[in-house]
Amino acid sequence: MLDKNYYLILLISSIIGISFWIGFNVNLLPVEASINAPIYDELFKILFIIGLILFFGMSLIVIYSLFKFRKINGQSGDGIALEGNLKLEIIWTVIPSIIVLIVGLYSYNIYDRMGGMKELNNNHEIMHNNSERIWAGISQNSTNESGIGNLNVEASAMQFAFLFNYPNGEFISGELHVPVNEKISIKMESKDVIHAFWVPEFRIKQDIIPGQPTILNFTPTKVGKYPIICAELCGPYHGGMRASIIVEERSDYENWFNQNKKTNT
Amino acid sequence: MTSIKNSSEIEKSSQIEEHHEDFRMFGLITFLIADGMTFAGFFAAYLTYKAVNPLPEGAIYELELPIPTLNTILLLVSSATFHKSGKALLNKKNADSQKWLLITASLGIAFLICQLFEYFNLPFSLTDNLFASTFYALTGFHGLHVTLGTLMILIISWQTRPNGGIVSFKNSFPLEAVELYWHFVDGIWVILFIILYLL
Amino acid sequence: MTILINSKNQQKESLQPKGFLRYFSFSLDHKVIGIQYLVCGFLFYLVGGSLASAIRIELASPMSDFMPRDVYNQVLTLHGTIMIFLWIVPVVNGAFGNYLIPFYVGARDMAFPRLNAVAFWLIPPSGLMLIASYFVDGAAQAGWTAYPPLSITTPQSGQIIWILSVLLLGGSSIFGGINFIATILKLRRPGLKLMQLPMYCWAMLGTSILVVLSTPVLAGTLILLSFDIVAHTGFFNPVLGGNVVVYQHLFWFYSHPAVYIMVLPAFGLVSEILPIHCRKPLFGYTTMVFSIMGIVVLGLVVWAHHMFTSGTPPWMRLFFTIATAFIAVPTGIKFFNWVATMWGGKISINSAILFSCGFILNFVFGGITGVALAQVPFDIHVHDTYFVVAHFHYIVYGGSVFVIFSSIYHWFPKVTGKLLNEKLGIFHFAITFIGFNLCFAPQHWLGLNGMPRRVAEYDPQFQLINQVSSIGALLMAVSTIPFLINIFISVKNGKKAGDNPWNALTPEWLTSSPPPVENWKGEAPLVKEPYGYGKTIISEK
Repeated sequence: MLDKNYYLILLISSIIGISFWIGFNVNLLPVEASINAPIYDELFKILFIIGLILFFGMSLIVIYSLFKFRKINGQSGDGIALEGNLKLEIIWTVIPSIIVLIVGLYSYNIYDRMGGMKELNNNHEIMHNNSERIWAGISQNSTNESGIGNLNVEASAMQFAFLFNYPNGEFISGELHVPVNEKISIKMESKDVIHAFWVPEFRIKQDIIPGQPTILNFTPTKVGKYPIICAELCGPYHGGMRASIIVEERSDYENWFNQNKKTNT
Repeated sequence: MTSIKNSSEIEKSSQIEEHHEDFRMFGLITFLIADGMTFAGFFAAYLTYKAVNPLPEGAIYELELPIPTLNTILLLVSSATFHKSGKALLNKKNADSQKWLLITASLGIAFLICQLFEYFNLPFSLTDNLFASTFYALTGFHGLHVTLGTLMILIISWQTRPNGGIVSFKNSFPLEAVELYWHFVDGIWVILFIILYLL
Repeated sequence: MTILINSKNQQKESLQPKGFLRYFSFSLDHKVIGIQYLVCGFLFYLVGGSLASAIRIELASPMSDFMPRDVYNQVLTLHGTIMIFLWIVPVVNGAFGNYLIPFYVGARDMAFPRLNAVAFWLIPPSGLMLIASYFVDGAAQAGWTAYPPLSITTPQSGQIIWILSVLLLGGSSIFGGINFIATILKLRRPGLKLMQLPMYCWAMLGTSILVVLSTPVLAGTLILLSFDIVAHTGFFNPVLGGNVVVYQHLFWFYSHPAVYIMVLPAFGLVSEILPIHCRKPLFGYTTMVFSIMGIVVLGLVVWAHHMFTSGTPPWMRLFFTIATAFIAVPTGIKFFNWVATMWGGKISINSAILFSCGFILNFVFGGITGVALAQVPFDIHVHDTYFVVAHFHYIVYGGSVFVIFSSIYHWFPKVTGKLLNEKLGIFHFAITFIGFNLCFAPQHWLGLNGMPRRVAEYDPQFQLINQVSSIGALLMAVSTIPFLINIFISVKNGKKAGDNPWNALTPEWLTSSPPPVENWKGEAPLVKEPYGYGKTIISEK
């Protein structure tokens, strides 16, 4: 029989090993289609792994205790009169605090890389009135905020549809078309109640709040058609309120744009 | 007053008697903390709106100060008269206590009349704009508390009457309770006056 | 000043209705009031559960085909409102608090018995009014969160009745809170120190502080909301110059502490149950007290983590991330302490212990998803999706409801003098545990992959998982049957429990089952070590 400690170390290593394996191999998220998504998924993996380790550990201890320390029939009397153990309590106060702090700082880093801390500096022409309050949606990670390649679209949310206004082409579309790998900036406004703009494949979401135009920036990285889902209860048809975002190659996008844009006669 | 009913019932039907510290005041203080938090919510909303929701052009209202200042004086004086009433009761002078209570109640009624006068002469109404709405909500909610307080003072002043009144030197809690409530209402008014009128 | 108080005898005994009619009367006896809270709450749980079943039936297919869409929104609104304000908050606070606290402090009754009865009797009419609103002109349909402008633009009468009902229920809660604080701090029998109290008292003290400080803010907010609906003011109506985000801040200032109001008492109850059935002292009494107070303080400053995708500035989001994540530390300490309480004990495997262990597993799971949700970037993807629905059901159901069941199995013998049937109890536990996890575990995946919450229709790719979840819900519904059968047959024909079937040390077990009106014949026992298992205890009389 090997030393009891050996089994303990083996058990802990297995828990950690299995958790890491699950974290890296079990994919619980949809496809990554924006610059944002891999950053998000990195955070997800870390949180998932830490969570698994903790959950497996606690569950095993509880289930083990139920078996090992159960009262055999006919046994009477009490367990050990253990009221506390200062060293142990300090360990399980300090270690979780450190983990929580590290996770917090790490997610600050993730949030920053996602562009959450950036000042918004977009050329939405309509926003000429400086007193108009602009709330920060996530501003996509980019070192060149006002650089070329920015596409500005205005989104209107209402009960129960999204409409997308392309100011450059002076037309309104029910579908959001964007060119892949370019910086997109959406200025959103609601006509009635609170809605939200959520694209799961981009891992971004922002509430669309009446009375407060909100900007959401992102850079799609994968061609395809993805759902834009309303994620704030807005009435009876909330479940059916969705649109599509079509990410396409620049040339395809331009074809679509030219077909739709208002031409001056 | 329910607490008065308690003590007479106790005399009649008690089987096991235990002496405890009188914690009814403690309960009242806890209740006033809760009530204060309601006002705190209103104040927080008001201050946030002030900071974040500017009024539309031309909608800035100057609030005239004479009436509210008078109201502040009325309430502060009424707290002092109430205090005198409490002292009189503890000195077994029920008639004096009753007199001071009635003066306090009159001051309370005067406050309400002035408040109504102010309301009628304001250039804005409840739904005009956010500032107006918050103003009426805050002062109205406070005015409700003053009304309730004045009613309770009138009831207590009847209970304090020298012949047959149940509130006395031996049973002073009802008066002390209403007094604390009144001081609370007064305190809220001072904060309201500063935040709404002076800032 | 000292006064003569006999809180037990505000009512002449001979005037009280006898038998089970007393539970329908304006009784001042804390034990009667406690049972009134429990049974009334459980009935509302059945109503709320039926609403949940309706939701899960609707969600078994991707189209909105089971009920009209606006009815669905009413159903989900009432489900949340009833479960929170009419089931969990009243039961973990009002039912167990009122029954147990006087025993634990060595008193004959609560500090303010009349206030106690008033607090209870506010509940049935408010609940009935809320349910009746459906039949008047439709119930509220803006979710239990009632965000404006939606709550201002939906049909008025339902929303106003909802507001009135919640205001009354909030008032009931505040009265209860005042009573608990006064009883715990002022009514302890001579010789009993604060740090000798059973842990449930500390949990209720902390909870009541949260109730007194935060519930009034909700009251104020709902009053302003009702003004917007009825008087057309513009507090939260952007069209009239108002600000919807201010509503969210005010609403969540209460509603986040509300979740601790639902969970802290459950923590306290587990702290009572585990030592008794494991025959071991509660591990780390002092740190348990401090962690409760830590949760209370932190719980008041983390509300905006419900608003990470609303209009809040980045610095605010970060502050709330850090503060929220830190609540995991005192909470985690409690869980480690409970597990340490079990370690090395002599554990009786019975329904009470199983439900408490189920609580530990479920709540750790829910707490982990909670720490994840606390991180702003993580929350942005899953906010308002089924991930959040899964998270909070692990906490309120897997947490609080499991503890309620555990507590019922534990204290039923004391209240009725009869034992519950253990076989049925374990069966009940098994079905509940399996059904609950089957229902809610898959919902995490649904949220991560694109299913928002509060919807009657969804992307068809989610149908299979939704059906699995609905089967879990069916099991949960079915699980109430063995429980109810157990209650009914045991009340009538259960084995006699005796004074102290669990050989416990806390004061309620040192009297008859059921206890006499004055709680103990003679003086209240002075129990200086409520968790003194494993050593020779001298309990002073």
